[in-house]
Amino acid sequence: MADIQSHVGVYSKALNLRAQRHEMLASNIANADTPHYKARDFNFSQAMENALGGRNVGGSLAMNVTRQGHLAGAGGVSFANVQFRKEVQSSVDGNTVDMDVERAQIAENALHYQMLTQLISDKFSGLRRAMSSAQG
Amino acid sequence: MSLFNVFKVSSSAMTAQSMRLNAVASNLANADSIVGSDGQPYRAKQVVFEAAPVAGNSALARGVRVREVVESAAPARMVYDPRNPAADANGYVAFSNVDPVEEMTNMISASRAYQTNVEVMNTAKSLMLRTLQIGQGQ
Repeated sequence: MADIQSHVGVYSKALNLRAQRHEMLASNIANADTPHYKARDFNFSQAMENALGGRNVGGSLAMNVTRQGHLAGAGGVSFANVQFRKEVQSSVDGNTVDMDVERAQIAENALHYQMLTQLISDKFSGLRRAMSSAQG
Repeated sequence: MSLFNVFKVSSSAMTAQSMRLNAVASNLANADSIVGSDGQPYRAKQVVFEAAPVAGNSALARGVRVREVVESAAPARMVYDPRNPAADANGYVAFSNVDPVEEMTNMISASRAYQTNVEVMNTAKSLMLRTLQIGQGQ
């Protein structure tokens, strides 16, 4: 019999990535008025594939350890390849945050997050039902 | 947990935007000032933002902080008023270089940005509450 981890493992990975994406989009919105700030995002489906395959992309997120005694950093977020958003309208201060895009993305991301919490809940209630049905 | 970083990011942005609102308030209040505390005409102040990593060492999160407060280099507004005690030899008085229209647009922009950050924070809060509710339904 498969363990419980395998039941919710996919969802929890997706949930983690959604939380990280929310963090990133919140940073974009927070820096909407910062000169020379470039809006960042990551491709969710690609990051999800990396997470499922256990591939640490590292790259832009992992901390380099170049000397003994360096801390590796909190880490755990190296499934995502951070990319800069393509700019639609350039502004004179070099900022590429498009508020409409960010608002739409953050709403979509939050909705997906809520869907995932619902799916995990359903999974658990399914397991609970399976356990109680044997007790007659 | 990374959703906690959203609070740090949004609150840093709110602090920065409220400092900007402070600068706007100061500028508008002094729109008709003749001399400041240093004896010179009041100069409009603007805050400059910069992206800053938040505490918690997350590579994804970037907060905001105010890097510096700069003073506008625009020339003072000269008004002809020979009876004013602050008038120069030609009868002109140097008023502050505050542009009220610019300040009003700045104010609207700052308050909208503040509201958006509050909204982002609320979204993060409701997501966290949803996470807490996992497994509570029957």
